[in-house]
Amino acid sequence: MPKQFSLARRFIIFALMLGALSGCNMVVMSPSGDIAAQQRDLIVISTILMLVIIIPVIFLTVFFAWRYRQSNTAATYDPEWHHSTGLEVIIWSAPLAIIIALGAITWVSTHKLDPYRPLDRIDAARPVTDAVKPVTVEVVALDWKWLFFYPDYGIATVNEMAAPVDVPINFKLTASSVMNSFYVPALAGMIYTMPGMETKLHAVINKAGEYEGLSSNYSGDGFSHMRFKFHGVDQAGFDAWIARVKQTGTVLNRDAYLKLEKPSAREPVRYFASVDDGLYQAILNMCVRANQMCMKDMMHIDMMGGAGKESHENKARLEHDNRHVAEEAPAATFPETGNPARSEEPAEGVEERQEEPAAMNHDAHQSH
Amino acid sequence: MFGDISLTKFLFGRLSLEAIPYHEPILVVTFAAVAVGGLAILALITKFKLWGYLWNEWFTSVDHKKIGIMYIILAIVMLLRGFADAIMMRIQQAIAFNGNEGYLNPHHYDQIFTAHGVIMIFFVAMPFVTGFMNYVVPLQIGARDVSFPFLNNFSFWMTTAGAVIIMMSLFVGEFARTGWLAYPPLSGADYSPGVGVDYYIWGLQVAGVGTTLSGINLIATIVKMRAPGMTFMKMPVFTWTSLCTNILIVATFPILTATLGLLSLDRYVGTNFFTNDLGGNPMMYVNLIWIWGHPEVYILVLPAFGIFSEVVATFCGKRLFGYTSMVYATCVIMILSYLVWLHHFFTMGSGASVNAFFGITTMIISIPTGAKMFNWLFTMYRGRIRYELPMLWTIGFMITFVIGGMTGVMLAIPPADFVLHNSLFLIAHFHNVIIGGVLFGLMAGVVYWWPKAFGYKLDAFWGKMSFWFWQIGFFVAFMPLYVLGLMGVTRRVSQFEDPSLQIWFIIAAFGAGLIAIGIASFVIQLVVSFLKRDQLRCDSGDPWNGRTLEWSTSSPPPDYNFAFTPVVHDHDGWYDMKNRGYERPTEGFRAIHMPKNTGTGIILSGISIVLAFALIWYIWWLAAVSFIAIIAVSIAHTFNYDRDFFIPAETVTATEDARTTLLAERT
Repeated sequence: MPKQFSLARRFIIFALMLGALSGCNMVVMSPSGDIAAQQRDLIVISTILMLVIIIPVIFLTVFFAWRYRQSNTAATYDPEWHHSTGLEVIIWSAPLAIIIALGAITWVSTHKLDPYRPLDRIDAARPVTDAVKPVTVEVVALDWKWLFFYPDYGIATVNEMAAPVDVPINFKLTASSVMNSFYVPALAGMIYTMPGMETKLHAVINKAGEYEGLSSNYSGDGFSHMRFKFHGVDQAGFDAWIARVKQTGTVLNRDAYLKLEKPSAREPVRYFASVDDGLYQAILNMCVRANQMCMKDMMHIDMMGGAGKESHENKARLEHDNRHVAEEAPAATFPETGNPARSEEPAEGVEERQEEPAAMNHDAHQSH
Repeated sequence: MFGDISLTKFLFGRLSLEAIPYHEPILVVTFAAVAVGGLAILALITKFKLWGYLWNEWFTSVDHKKIGIMYIILAIVMLLRGFADAIMMRIQQAIAFNGNEGYLNPHHYDQIFTAHGVIMIFFVAMPFVTGFMNYVVPLQIGARDVSFPFLNNFSFWMTTAGAVIIMMSLFVGEFARTGWLAYPPLSGADYSPGVGVDYYIWGLQVAGVGTTLSGINLIATIVKMRAPGMTFMKMPVFTWTSLCTNILIVATFPILTATLGLLSLDRYVGTNFFTNDLGGNPMMYVNLIWIWGHPEVYILVLPAFGIFSEVVATFCGKRLFGYTSMVYATCVIMILSYLVWLHHFFTMGSGASVNAFFGITTMIISIPTGAKMFNWLFTMYRGRIRYELPMLWTIGFMITFVIGGMTGVMLAIPPADFVLHNSLFLIAHFHNVIIGGVLFGLMAGVVYWWPKAFGYKLDAFWGKMSFWFWQIGFFVAFMPLYVLGLMGVTRRVSQFEDPSLQIWFIIAAFGAGLIAIGIASFVIQLVVSFLKRDQLRCDSGDPWNGRTLEWSTSSPPPDYNFAFTPVVHDHDGWYDMKNRGYERPTEGFRAIHMPKNTGTGIILSGISIVLAFALIWYIWWLAAVSFIAIIAVSIAHTFNYDRDFFIPAETVTATEDARTTLLAERT
């Protein structure tokens, strides 16, 4: 691998020149995080490998098109020539050779840059040592804003995150309602965030700066503004940021989260100085609201062979989506009426659920 | 659902006046334009007393040629709608900067990009491709019609019904705001409670019936109805690609039907296949829809490859280079297209080995595709290339498509895909292959087979205008999208904050304007050619010095296609016949057995629209009535024993004699 990447580096200059030439800031081609940089290298290597085939093809197309035009009677015309074993071997094996090379690179790089794999280097020159303690960030994609938990510091933020330069970041990601995708182009590739599931991403930022973060998977009305700032800062700056959050932030308990979770767009940055214990786990397991059964408990019951007939009593506790629209809801929702795309009634839905008798506590199902 | 039985609710379900978007100026103007245009067309048809002609000669026709033409008319009409969506998106993205919200709020914009994708794939590309397969395949294999002529008519009308359902959503209710594949949970009842996703589901389900049946029909036709002597390895390449495409259709469309069926159960009955609740799994939907969705890409592009193969051989005046390897490449692509679906969601967090496997299978597809490219290239080698319009499109394709292929392989490398997925780079890539591959192929097909279908060539000037504006417009419209993708800009965003992006969107919008001129030139070309048809006339039947059997009959071909079934001895049957000094038979004609027209197809399609509408709006009584009506009409149709007739020998003789006279005059 290092050899290929060093080959790549030569061409990266070429790629950067192209970027400069077009006078724009191609963040994907000049990222500030080591993972994104390696991904960029792959783009460059694969482009070059394929150009080995593509350029001759384009050249030959133009050349043959010109050379064998009808008016050029000097060119050989052989209407019966339609087979050549030698040529066939070449036209199948040349792409094959390129694909073997690319396939090998793909296999290796896919494993090396697997987002689930903890980092083993800070950048090309520095490996990760035991002395470095990674920062863990738990990300929740809400409608339509980002919530970041810093479990090591007991804080949380909305639509802003920070990370110290050259320290590995371990992301754990989930979502509250629909699929989104967490993407900071300068830092690393994207990964989907999905409700009731956790994905992972490992990355590191190598240069201080303010970078754009966004959702890259369409998620509804407020999607266009589902953006946040990612601050790469030095350790002192990071500590100061944490201190600022702790100083100015409010409390994020379950009630506050349930309010925050409701659909809204263009949310300002918010800080939470303290966070309810286990809130992220509750979000991940879709059991923030009172009386909800956590996904992991349900899965545990299922794993133990299911709860049999009584399990229907758990049903209400497993209904997470709190925006079930009552039957009398208008079939078509129009913005003019003031209704957003999704029903306005999540709060009522929540209350309704809470009014339901909490009589489905079967001890057997609460075994852990 | 049945709890509250007020009469209005019983009669109209959730349909109310609120569903008519009379308070949306854009839609009111569109509706007025459509209504005025529609009324004008209806008035003209009535004035010229064309209703009987249209009904008897076209709507109820089981002639594969007329059905093929109707498919292509449907595709061109829907292309205008789909392109209108494209232009609206381009303008919105070009102006929505610096706090300017543009002229489309997310509610509209989200419907538009969904509709654009759905319409362009299902109601432009699909009917276009199916139309060509219908028109050309029976002629190329020397058959008089497809295997099941009524089924063919029915398939066409079901596809049209799907298009009508989608178009209805413009004026009654709303369309989906979920993206063209409607991923749950967003498309589930919880997050898309309105009728939009229901329009999407039923539009595709109804059209899907047509597509699947048409696939079965064409497979049977190709396998069973080839002219004597035409073994599989002597079939024209377009027929080969059609065969592979229809196998893909039959194997994959049921997956789409089942997936959308599960989604509708979630939405209508309250099951939990793809919900967040109760053990539902949205990832399953994403997998299923792409198990259909990726082969779909090849369903579209393989026939285009077939068209290019015919065009290259004809206009280079040379047998196709490497016919055998072309056939195997097609079959390999057909099989491999099933093994790559996961590359559409590398970023969902599958393990490295899974991602790498699907990345590598994806790359492997580029080997047979590359071989095809080389085969076309070496067909040109030592050829004598006539630069007629179809060949221009082909050269344009070869240069444009390799760029799209290259970016496709880049996207196939999972770690590279992590930074390119869902970005405008991806958008640029698939437009690069769909416009540069599929659309250019279809345009080449139109100019190539038009003289066969109508007896006159298309005007060259407007054809060249169309070609150059499409070609240049494509690069101007989509190269900026590649750049924007590398700048970290993702898809489906309607408003932007970074002003440095704007210039690229303005260039892209300008490119879309060029493409608009290209489309306008195409329409003008059709009109001008019709007006100049006497000058452009080429009724010899073989205007391009063609090589395959469709060029051996007259232009337009008679109802029965071939008075005598041709006998094939070699690949490129017609070229071989010409070389051997083929003499057209002028006597000994016999009566020809033909299928009879029937109105059942259009009637069933009409009732299907009613059924879909009733299901979309929860008008249960109407759904029940129309469902029973569909069953009743279908059963009644089986009692129709008046299904065939003979074209008398005298009529055949008269038709063929007229042609003999015509050919004698020409020489």
